[in-house]
Amino acid sequence: MNWMKLKYFYLLFSALVIFAGLFTLIRFGIKPAIDFTGGSLLELNFKTNDNLGNEQIQNIVKDSGVDIYSVQSSGKNDFLLRMKPIDKNQADKIESDLKEKLNTDIQEVRFETIGPTLGRELLVKTVAGVLLAAVLILSYIAWQFKNTKFGVCAVLAMLHDGLVLVGIFAILGKLAGVEIDSLFVTAMLTILSFSVHDTVVVYDRIRESQKLFPRSSFTDLVNKSITETLNRSLNNSLTVFFMLLALVLLGGVTIKWFAVALLVGIISGTYSSTFTAAPLLVIWNDIQERRKVKK
Amino acid sequence: MKKKLLLPAIILLALLALYIDLPATLQLKFDRWGIHIDQTINRGSINWRIGNGGFVRDLEIKKGVDLAGGADITFQADMNEIAPEDKQKAIQAVRDNIERRINLFGLSEAVVQTSKSGEDYRLIVELAGVSDVSQAVDLIGQTAQLEFRELPAEATEAASFADFIPTGLTGKDLIRSDVEFSQNTAEPEVGLVFNGDGAKKFSEITGRNVGRPLAIFLDEMPVTMPPTVNTQINDGRAVISGKFTLEAAKQLSTQLNAGALPVPVKVIEQRNIGAILGDQSVQRSIRAGLIGLVTVAFFMIVYYGDLGFLAVIALIIYSLLTFALYKLIPVTLTLPGIAGFILSIGMAVDSNILIFERMKEELRMGKPYNIAMELGFGRAWNSIRDANIATLITCFVLFNPFNWSFLNSSGMVRGFALNLALGVLLSLFTGIVVSRTLIRAFSFRRKK
Repeated sequence: MNWMKLKYFYLLFSALVIFAGLFTLIRFGIKPAIDFTGGSLLELNFKTNDNLGNEQIQNIVKDSGVDIYSVQSSGKNDFLLRMKPIDKNQADKIESDLKEKLNTDIQEVRFETIGPTLGRELLVKTVAGVLLAAVLILSYIAWQFKNTKFGVCAVLAMLHDGLVLVGIFAILGKLAGVEIDSLFVTAMLTILSFSVHDTVVVYDRIRESQKLFPRSSFTDLVNKSITETLNRSLNNSLTVFFMLLALVLLGGVTIKWFAVALLVGIISGTYSSTFTAAPLLVIWNDIQERRKVKK
Repeated sequence: MKKKLLLPAIILLALLALYIDLPATLQLKFDRWGIHIDQTINRGSINWRIGNGGFVRDLEIKKGVDLAGGADITFQADMNEIAPEDKQKAIQAVRDNIERRINLFGLSEAVVQTSKSGEDYRLIVELAGVSDVSQAVDLIGQTAQLEFRELPAEATEAASFADFIPTGLTGKDLIRSDVEFSQNTAEPEVGLVFNGDGAKKFSEITGRNVGRPLAIFLDEMPVTMPPTVNTQINDGRAVISGKFTLEAAKQLSTQLNAGALPVPVKVIEQRNIGAILGDQSVQRSIRAGLIGLVTVAFFMIVYYGDLGFLAVIALIIYSLLTFALYKLIPVTLTLPGIAGFILSIGMAVDSNILIFERMKEELRMGKPYNIAMELGFGRAWNSIRDANIATLITCFVLFNPFNWSFLNSSGMVRGFALNLALGVLLSLFTGIVVSRTLIRAFSFRRKK
């Protein structure tokens, strides 16, 4: 099959998705979780049958003298309170104030507090981690394929997946209030490695075909390699997809968005290894050849 | 020869893993079709002792704070008052002291770690399975109080620790404590160095207590049998000797340092997880994992037929081995860790898919089945290796094994990385060695 006939279409499609994501990102920004900004999160379960309003809770907490950012309902009479960093004693005071004023029993589901310095530090460390992983993987591929062209294109495909993921989460943040936390970063790094994992299989096949059929044109080789690896690529992604889908639908609330991030990444990673990494390689090769002819 | 031994070895390994995976007691009840089984299996534990060390495992899964419920607290240590060369000693003393207090509280599952980030020293305390932690946090966060106490003049031989009274000499007067070795007997001793004020007080106290015991209290608890004062000491340098083992001397010295190098700590991060949330998470993840596994198995069998079936067996062996490793190492399971495991199941099948697709190609080219299989395994290896090394590189960065201070070292992220890396390594073994052996042994049908 002549996959590469549509190579500019694939890249255009990728560009559209990334553009939509980046537009949302720049226009509205992403929602960082307290992991990055510092702050406190208190999840409470109210043992009452009354319907409690977010406003009602927010006002009581304000009266207790705590700077509260938001109250979000998470399940029946389960509320997430986001505040400036407070300590456990203040949290206990909030709980007793709420208990008294709403006349109901309360159970603390979880309480998290993160100092502001710690948040900033995590942000810096995260960027360092992503960069280090990218450089190590790039060096490994360049060394393994003895060719920078492959290395650079694989890393471009990897960046593609990173951008898609960030963009989609910017959109999710706008639409569903999803926050970016340290688990998101973990998902991002995992996806970067999955992306390379998948790209390497396609590239491996291209390299092998180059040795077997030195006379065929590069585009033909890429087409042949894609046809041969597409089955495997889809099947492998499907198995990972099944596992993650189960986790998204049935796993707990705490890791739901983590699993969603991995899922988005797997889809993007599968697409990019065939429809981004390979076309990039062909375009690069075309440019190289045109230059040779001119000389 | 070797190849023949491989199959029994794999079966043995799988059975061993299955045994380790069992819960501590398993009730077997079966009463149908004329078969009656009513037995309880008691799984043993590992207890190999060699000298002081050894390998002791109770073979229970260790649950992290997010699964068992409990708290995860990070303290920042205020080191402003501590001289640079004493910082390491001071943080060690705080750590040991916090651990001691936690043990007093009866929280044996606690983990206390120190971490250094830039110029900041931190203590990370994980209290798994504790429901009410605010009291514990207050207690842990207190600065250590060291005090020297003497017996009142009228005390008799039968005096107990309760009879000792404060001397006014405290941790503030102590500069530091070190482990030393006696010049005569080469036995370990604990040295004390007092500051000017302390030396003066110590001289008075030792002067009036020659031949009598002097007790040392840390947080109102005696740290050792009270040493007896041999002679008046004027230069502010004392040595506590006795039949100390090196361990005991180190412990005493660290406890003295906890008082000598007082480091106030404050909470900068805290996560409390209710036990209910933890339980829910465990149940949901297990359910998700099982359903995912069944879907993958179904897919593999439908798509690859008998080969797929063998791959599923290899996958089950993979799960058994991984779970057994979690118990043996032992790995503390966290929610992201479980996610890492579930993800790795999906990726473990990948080696098999790569190999089977290669086999199909070789078969299409008209090669005989046996040769196609061996070629499939051989040719797929390069791709499998390169692909998995990329994942291992990421795991390395996430796990940050050398504690590089410019990278993250949070427990959650680490748990995920460790489980994913274990998964990748094991899946190389099961995806290649185990499934190849199974196919060689059981795929008779198309061998001709």
